[in-house]
Amino acid sequence: MKITFPHMGNTAIAVKGLVEQLGLEAVVPPPCSKKTLNLGTQNAPEFACLPLKINIGNFIEAHEMGADTVVMAGGCGPCRFGYYGQVEREILHDVGCDLNFIIIEPPDRHFGELVQRIQTLAAGKSWLDVVRAVRFAWYKAKAVDEVEILAQELRPRTVHPGEVESVYRQALTEIDLAKNRKQIELATARARDIYESLPLHRDRDLLRVGLVGEIYTILEPFANQRIESILGRLGVRVHRSLYLSQWVNDHLFMGLLRIPGSHELCEQAAPFLNHFVGGHGRETVGGAVHYARHQYDGVIQVAPLTCMPEIVAQSILPVVSRREGIPVLTLYFDEHSGEAGLVTRLEAFVDLLRHRRARKEGTGQ
Amino acid sequence: MGKTAREGRGGQNKGGITIKVGIPRALFYYYHYPLWEGFFRGIGMEVIPSPPTNKAILNSGIGAAVDEACLPVKIFYGHVMALIDRVDCLFLPRLVSVERKAYICPKLMGLPDMIAAGVTGLPRVLSPCVDLSRRGRSVGDALEPVGYQLGKSAREIKRAVKLGLAEQRRFEDLVSQGYLPVEALDMMAGHHVPEPPGAGIKVAVVGHSYNLFDSHISMNLVQKLRSMGAVVVTTDQIPEEVVEEEASRLPKRMFWTLGKRMLGGTFHFLSRTDIKGIIHLASFGCGPDSLVGELLERHARRQRGTPFMLLTIDEHTGEAGVVTRLEAFLDMIERRHRNEDHVSAHG
Repeated sequence: MKITFPHMGNTAIAVKGLVEQLGLEAVVPPPCSKKTLNLGTQNAPEFACLPLKINIGNFIEAHEMGADTVVMAGGCGPCRFGYYGQVEREILHDVGCDLNFIIIEPPDRHFGELVQRIQTLAAGKSWLDVVRAVRFAWYKAKAVDEVEILAQELRPRTVHPGEVESVYRQALTEIDLAKNRKQIELATARARDIYESLPLHRDRDLLRVGLVGEIYTILEPFANQRIESILGRLGVRVHRSLYLSQWVNDHLFMGLLRIPGSHELCEQAAPFLNHFVGGHGRETVGGAVHYARHQYDGVIQVAPLTCMPEIVAQSILPVVSRREGIPVLTLYFDEHSGEAGLVTRLEAFVDLLRHRRARKEGTGQ
Repeated sequence: MGKTAREGRGGQNKGGITIKVGIPRALFYYYHYPLWEGFFRGIGMEVIPSPPTNKAILNSGIGAAVDEACLPVKIFYGHVMALIDRVDCLFLPRLVSVERKAYICPKLMGLPDMIAAGVTGLPRVLSPCVDLSRRGRSVGDALEPVGYQLGKSAREIKRAVKLGLAEQRRFEDLVSQGYLPVEALDMMAGHHVPEPPGAGIKVAVVGHSYNLFDSHISMNLVQKLRSMGAVVVTTDQIPEEVVEEEASRLPKRMFWTLGKRMLGGTFHFLSRTDIKGIIHLASFGCGPDSLVGELLERHARRQRGTPFMLLTIDEHTGEAGVVTRLEAFLDMIERRHRNEDHVSAHG
C-alpha cells in the first residue's frame, strides 16, 4: 500500500511522519504548482472551492508517482470539505485514476476513536504503536509551527528578505527528515540559532496584522499566493488565527491537550455572529474581534472564492470593523488569482494602515 | 414603527390594533410558510409576507448583500428591506437543521446575523433557532420561544403551534397530491390554481424550491417548460422513504438536507422510464450544489439513459439565453424519442 494525502501547508511533514511510523510507505505529492492547479481545474467542478481543485491535482500527480491509496480527513458538514473525499473519488474514477480512499472521519467524542480509525489503516499495529505514531506526528506539527512562527516574526525585520525563507525551508527539510523526537528538537534548535544570527532591523516600527479566514487558504502558501511573505516584505508582522498543531488538537484530538484553541475565538464572535456556521466562519469573526482588542493595526480575511462560512463572516466583518475600530480587508482566491493584483491591494492596505497609525500617534501627542 | 409587540397580550396592543409580523418571501418561505403563518395567526398576529420578487427587491438585495453571496441570499436581503416599513416585527428564523445530523447551508445558519449587519432600520426581529441536528422533535417546537418572547401563555402557544403544524400538513398533502409547492401555497391563500397539464414530455426539474418557484429567479422555468409542451415533475412529490433509500446508495451519508433530496430524487428519476430528461437548476455560487450537482451529473452520465442539463443562474442571466437552452433541450429529447427504434451504433 502506497499512501498519499493532500497538501495543506506543512501538513505533509506531520502526516508523512505518521504514515512512516506505522510502517507504511508514503508518497508525498510534488509541491503544489501551476501544473497541480491545472490538473485540478480541468477535472473538478467549476464552482467547487479552490482546495478541492488543488487536492485533485495533488492526487493525480501522486498517482503518477505510484500512489494507490489516499488518506484524508472527512467531516460532517455543513462545510463542503466534509464531502470532498466522496466527490474526489468519483472524479478520479471517471478519469481512470483509481485510488483507494481511506477517509478518517473526525472523532465524535474522544481521542480514542481517532486511534481506532487510524488502526484500521495499519493492520497488526497495537493501540500503543498507533498512539506512538500519532505522538511523533504531533511533535513534528509542533516543530513546524515553531519554525514558522519564528519566520513570521523575522520576515519584516530581516535586512536580506531571502535569508529568512531559506532558513525556514532548511528547517522544514530537517524536521521532515528527523527520525525521532531528539532529531526534531535538534532541527528546531538549529533553526532558532541561525535565525538569531541573522542581521535584523531591530528598531523597525512594525505594523501588526491578523490573518483570519478559511484554514486551507491560511495554511497553504500556494493557495494564498504567499501572502505572508509579501506582507513581511512590506514591513508587516503577521499573526494567524490558525496554526497546524492547534487545528490538529481542536479537531482530531478533541481538545485533549490544553493549548489555546479555536474555542476562545468562537466566544469572541458574539454578538456579531451568534451561531456556528461551519468551517472557520465563527473563528474568522472572533479572530477579527480579538485582533482589534489587542491593538493590531488591521485584519486580513482570506478564503477560497464561494466559501460559504467565510461569506457569512465577510457579511458581518464590516460591523466588526466599525464597532471595534479596525480596518478589514477580504481577499478571495481561485484559479484566476494573480500575484500582481494581490500585491497592489496589499500595498494599498498597508499604506492605509500606516497613515492611520501616524494619524493616531499624531493626535495622541 | 414605534410600537413594539411587548406591550400586547393576545397579539393586540392597547388600541386593539393587530400586530403585524413580516415574513420574507424567500428561502425557507417555500418550505415552511404554512407552519409559520398558522402559528402567528394562532397567537393573534397579522402575517404580512413580502411581495413576490420584483426588480426593485432584487436590486435592493444586490445592493445590501456582499457580492459573493448567492442569488437567493441576495434576494432574501431585498425581501427583508421590502418589509421594514410595513411591519411591527420581522420573522427571521435561524435554520440550522431540520432533521438529525444534516444541515441546510452555512449561509442559512448565519443569516439573522448577516441581516443584522447588512440592513439598517430593522424593526423588532424574531429569530428562533431551528436545530434538529441533535435534539428536538419538530420544526414547530422552535416556535415556542417566539411565543414566550411575545408574552403569550403556554396554552396559547401550544394551540398556535398545533394550528401551524396542521397548516403545514395540509400543504404537504397538497404537494403529495401532485401540486407544486408554490401552487399549494397559492391554493391555501385562496387563489385558483389550474390543473397541471397531464400529457407531454415528462421532464424532471431538480433544484432548491426557493430558486425553482421564485418566478423571478428561475425566470418562470416551470411555466416556460409547460408552455413548450412539457410536463414538469419535481422531487417534492417523492416520499421521504424513497429519497432516503435512493440516497443511501451513496457511500457516505449526505449531510445537506436539500442536497440529499436532490440526489435521492435524481437517482429515482434515473430509474424511471417515463422521465425523459432532467434539468438541474442551480444558483451561481451555491456551495452545496457545486458538489451535489457534480455527483448528479456524473451518475446521470454513467447511466447514459436520461439527458441531463445544468442551468446555472445569477442576477446577470438573460431570459433569451435560458429559453434557447430549454428549447434545444426539449428538441433533443423529442428527436431522440422519435428515433428511439433506431438507436445510432455510435451511442
